[in-house]
Amino acid sequence: MTDIATRLLGRIGRGYRVVGPFSLVLVALVLAAIFAPWLAPNDPNSQNLLGRLKPPGTEARGILYLLGSDELGRDLLSRIIYGARVSLSVALLSVVLSGVVGTTLGMAAGYLRGWTEAVIMRLADIFLSIPAILLAIITVAVLGPGFVNVILVLALTRWPRYARVAYGQTLSVANMPYVRLARAMGASWPRVLLRHILPNIIAAMAVIATLEFGLMVLFEAGLSFLGLGVQPPTPSWGATLSVGRNYVTSAWWIATFPGICLFLLVLSVNLIGDRLSEYLNPKSR
Amino acid sequence: MPLFIVKRIGQALIALFGVMTLVFFIQRLTGDPTYLLVPENATQADIEAMRRTLGLDQPLLVQYGRFLWDMAHFDLGRSFVQNVKVTTIIASRLPYTLQLAGGALIVALVIGLPVGLILALGRRFAITRALMGLVLAAQSMPTFWSGIMMIMVFGVWLGWLPPSGTGSLQHLIMPSIALGLLSMATYARIARSAVLDELSKDYIRSARARGVGTGRLVTHHLLRNSVIPVISVTALEISQLLAGAVIVETVFAWPGLGQLTVEAIASRDFVVVQGVVLLGAFVTIAVNFAADILYTVVDPRIRLGGTRP
Repeated sequence: MTDIATRLLGRIGRGYRVVGPFSLVLVALVLAAIFAPWLAPNDPNSQNLLGRLKPPGTEARGILYLLGSDELGRDLLSRIIYGARVSLSVALLSVVLSGVVGTTLGMAAGYLRGWTEAVIMRLADIFLSIPAILLAIITVAVLGPGFVNVILVLALTRWPRYARVAYGQTLSVANMPYVRLARAMGASWPRVLLRHILPNIIAAMAVIATLEFGLMVLFEAGLSFLGLGVQPPTPSWGATLSVGRNYVTSAWWIATFPGICLFLLVLSVNLIGDRLSEYLNPKSR
Repeated sequence: MPLFIVKRIGQALIALFGVMTLVFFIQRLTGDPTYLLVPENATQADIEAMRRTLGLDQPLLVQYGRFLWDMAHFDLGRSFVQNVKVTTIIASRLPYTLQLAGGALIVALVIGLPVGLILALGRRFAITRALMGLVLAAQSMPTFWSGIMMIMVFGVWLGWLPPSGTGSLQHLIMPSIALGLLSMATYARIARSAVLDELSKDYIRSARARGVGTGRLVTHHLLRNSVIPVISVTALEISQLLAGAVIVETVFAWPGLGQLTVEAIASRDFVVVQGVVLLGAFVTIAVNFAADILYTVVDPRIRLGGTRP
């Protein structure tokens, strides 16, 4: 038992050395998101019209507003803690969805070549010709905003990036002797892709996914900022920022604190992505 | 005209055609696009009438043909909310977005390229690590947050700059910085890796061996050869900046295409949204085309060999 524990700790220690101290920010935010109901001092949606726009540290009607209150007298700290749930889950789900779809299509294109390759890669080019945020905006305009739609839209916009990388990586390993051998031994193409090609490209895909995760957090916040993301009263950092924009003269805290969280989250994810890509291909140093 | 230019034009046209097809189908994701095109308070009879006038009762293939036909004539349709041609609406807002994107590009280039050069040349010094940290921070900064913070500090508290709106060069400063920061980080990183790449090459070593000083080495040898990645990033950044303007314009109440798009979504004026998206795609394809042609001017090897390095 202790043996397993020390080995596990050793693994975590090695992983930590790769990703660096900023990963702790990400861990803290993930924990905050998971344990939001226990951590948040107040109900994020309970309004208190007598306690509107209270500055950080004030108390109104028995509620201590540690980070101040918003335009409806809701506790900003609690809304930020719950907002982490939206940011992280939208980013995670859209990265998983676009990553799986993009990687599958990219690998199929790189391995099967011919028509499959032409269709998939031209389709990826077309998607990439429309600036991502515009493509997301027009699709949300059609589908309507909301949690699920935002995830679908982000996945729809971002799969080509994974497809391109997976395609390039697959091309470079598809002619390796061990892949040719597997084919000669009669392995079907799904088996070759899954057992022989995927393990060799998964590291590269993980780096892309990490960098994309930061981008997805920004996209979700951006869409919510424009009113096209997760809808009120669900707490979302982007939506809170857009409220804060309207109160820059009277309530600086509304825009400041969610923005700091957003910035720290994206920064830590980007730093982890950078560290990972350096670790996996040391030449880029 | 050389063959490679003809080929490249063909590719650009195919991409344009693909984008239009994609937008056509996105419009029909929910089935009937009529609901996207009528005002919110339209009655059932209005919707029926609209469906007929727009030809949305026709077979899909006919609709698709008409859509492409209109696009080929640069006809982006008519806004039902404002009852004006979409091209006219876009033309009235485009100058503002171009000003903003131009300002942001200047911020990005003027700060980003020297910073990248410093990062590469001074990579042995500790201070460069701090600079790299700043670049990474700029890369992770949401434009809408840095915009709001600037409005608060420089617009409201210090009162140095107008907090929002348009009218003078001062109005352009904060939005350009907010929008340009991300591109600045990209330029710094690209310039850094391009210069590092070149530094390890033989011609640099022999130039050094001949006694060429660092200043001359940079201006006469390094920069020209590091410029290719910068060109390709510029093509990418121009379309990024136009797209990023959507959010920055909302923050600063800047009356360009971005604000137009957000207003159009709020008033359910889908034709306008579609027009802006098609314009964005057109610009992206056009600048990529221009960049490909520019490579061959800067680096004749590409023209002869036919492949991009």
